[in-house]
Amino acid sequence: MAELGRAALAVTLGLSLYALLAGGFAAVRGRRRLAASARNALIAAFGSTLVATAVLVTGFLRDDFSLAYVAGHSSAALPVQYKVSALWGGQEGSLLLWLLILTGYSALAVWLGRRRQRDLLVWVTPVLAGICVGFAWLLVGVSSPFAVIAAPLDGRGLNPSLQNPYMVAHPVLLYLGYVGLAVPFAFAMGSLLSGRIDERWLVATRRWTIVAWTALGIGQLLGAHWAYEEVGWGGYYAWDPVENAALMPWLAATAYLHSVMIQEKRGMLKVWNVVLVSLAFCLSLFGTFLTRSGIVSSIHSFTQSSIGPWFLGFIVVAVVFATAMIWLRLPLLRATAKLESLVSREATFLYNNLLLVALCLTILWGTSWPILSEAVRGEAVVVGRPYYDFFLRIFGLPLLLLMGIGPLVAWRRASLRSLARIFSWSVGAAVASGVVLIALGAGSSIPGLIAYTFAAFVLTTIAVEFARGTAARRALTGEAIPRAFSGLVARNRRRYGGYVVHAAIVLLAIGVAGSSAYDSVAEARLARDETLSVAGYDLTYRELTERDGANATELRAVLDVQRDGDALGTVAAGKNAYAVEQQVSNEVGIRSDLLTGEDLFVIAEQVYDDGSVQFRVFVKPLVNLIWLAGLVFLLGSLITLWPDGREQRRLVERYARAARSSRRAASAP
Amino acid sequence: MSLPLVLGGALAVVCVMLVALPFLHEPAPLSDALDELDGAERRALELGEQRDRALAALKELEADHRAGRIGDADYRALVGGLRRDAAAALRALDEPTEGSSKAEAKSG
Repeated sequence: MAELGRAALAVTLGLSLYALLAGGFAAVRGRRRLAASARNALIAAFGSTLVATAVLVTGFLRDDFSLAYVAGHSSAALPVQYKVSALWGGQEGSLLLWLLILTGYSALAVWLGRRRQRDLLVWVTPVLAGICVGFAWLLVGVSSPFAVIAAPLDGRGLNPSLQNPYMVAHPVLLYLGYVGLAVPFAFAMGSLLSGRIDERWLVATRRWTIVAWTALGIGQLLGAHWAYEEVGWGGYYAWDPVENAALMPWLAATAYLHSVMIQEKRGMLKVWNVVLVSLAFCLSLFGTFLTRSGIVSSIHSFTQSSIGPWFLGFIVVAVVFATAMIWLRLPLLRATAKLESLVSREATFLYNNLLLVALCLTILWGTSWPILSEAVRGEAVVVGRPYYDFFLRIFGLPLLLLMGIGPLVAWRRASLRSLARIFSWSVGAAVASGVVLIALGAGSSIPGLIAYTFAAFVLTTIAVEFARGTAARRALTGEAIPRAFSGLVARNRRRYGGYVVHAAIVLLAIGVAGSSAYDSVAEARLARDETLSVAGYDLTYRELTERDGANATELRAVLDVQRDGDALGTVAAGKNAYAVEQQVSNEVGIRSDLLTGEDLFVIAEQVYDDGSVQFRVFVKPLVNLIWLAGLVFLLGSLITLWPDGREQRRLVERYARAARSSRRAASAP
Repeated sequence: MSLPLVLGGALAVVCVMLVALPFLHEPAPLSDALDELDGAERRALELGEQRDRALAALKELEADHRAGRIGDADYRALVGGLRRDAAAALRALDEPTEGSSKAEAKSG
């Protein structure tokens, strides 16, 4: 079936090329049917890419080792779910997934906007098609997933690190995020190309950005959980270049989601918003380039390949195109209002933007430094964790504080007396938390103490906001509290969904601060029945077990766990030996206390012939709040994303009124 | 001919049909030109956006004041300007029809 896969990809390339050329011609010359034809081509491209993907998945499920990609990333013994996820276990399959998601998003965007955004979509279609052409060409002309070989008896298997449930979902979500940023970019460029910089492109880009941003955020958290469980070094984020590659576009998109509100409410920051949308997309391309090219050394980079220059060319084209369009349309992007006061909501959002972009660019500099230093000095110099941690504190802590301040300050200007009144509860809670934490001994880490104090400030602000809003609605409608609360959220989804997302970020900050600033670690080589003590836990090594799993031999050291004399059960850590892949993986043991959010994290670093084991044990306070933050973040994003009929009706009414006004003008004597 | 090639050919035919669909509708539309916004429409849209922005700002200020986020002094300082903005946007929305009618009449 390799021929069918190759043919389907060739069809995708042809359709994308047609959509680019015919769509561009239709937009310039104003041809309605040609524009519709280009739109259909983009939708058909999704269908043909789906066929190509189905062929490759079928190859994996049927152990068709005549396909070189299947032979290189699967084996007969591989469990079914990993045969499916092996699709994105290597370079060609990952690119195919990119193209599938890209054509899927493109088809959805042009289909959903075919009525209300028809005139804008005429210009969006060729931009999306241009991006599709780039990726389809990589798969057809440079790196095909359908290369065939003389079929071996068995495949080489899948990298053991990828044989993890989180690796089934994490790359897909990450790609949904990366690729999703192409849609707001296309709308921004389409809007600039057409010269129509009205509110519709903002509404469209905002929605699509939230979709991509949510997927990217959840994808990163799943990736962090994968690293925590699978990589086995006791952490979840190591400022690895590939991890940073996903964080950077997320930060740029976060900045955009805040600054777009200033444009909507005050007509300011129009250039800045287009720059942020373009930056987020270009950074997503850069992220894929880092992951796929193998240019930097990373535990997440599973391939070394020759597509780097192609990607680099693609990034250059995107940057030049976006810069040229912004430059050409500068007269249309002039602000209609000015910043009236440095103490206003727009000003705090601006501070938030500057901090987010500064953090993003600092990470970009650190991530790119090995590449730049190698190019200049012939030696790759890697920027270490202290660099990133320093800038995270410098920019991250003020950002945390601004999350509590920004949404409550009035637009245009606010008096200091008013601010003192609004934030009295929050400041009180922050000071009280600080005092209690110092009394409990949390002063051992100053950044941790500041993070917790700011977190208390923001959480109190959010709680007071919900309480105030519910009380005001009750006073207005006379509804009962639950109904007033749900009505409040339903009528102000963006505001209150945003608060829920802020609460998630606070939980994340608490979890990160707790697990990194206040963790404990102990290390020892234990023989049977010997005990290791750490942070109130006593772990006694009891036995070594071995069993045959689906495709690996699983060796586990079992330890009894006690705390303050109470038996808490057992925890097992060890190694898996994969016969086909000829690799050994570390399998950590984790005991989570869901009440306190704390984890006991055990690594069996070395198993000796005499049965003794070298253990490394961490106690990580509050680390589970990081994963809880993911669920809260998803909830907040869904509330924000839920369609608002009033906004759509307002736009439709505005267009209808404009058309009526134009007709009246034309028919006037 | 092998099955994969037949399926590939069928896929290509289906895709071509889909792409050609807008040209296969009978009868052909009276005009193949895209809906372009004229000057009056663009101006009306712009003014509509200004009106909606001004009204939304006023509504948000009222809601913030009701919820206690904004004190009386700040409310009084801001509400006058926002009301003036909203009134100006509503006035301007009625004017361009007049203006463009005159322009149309003059050019006609």
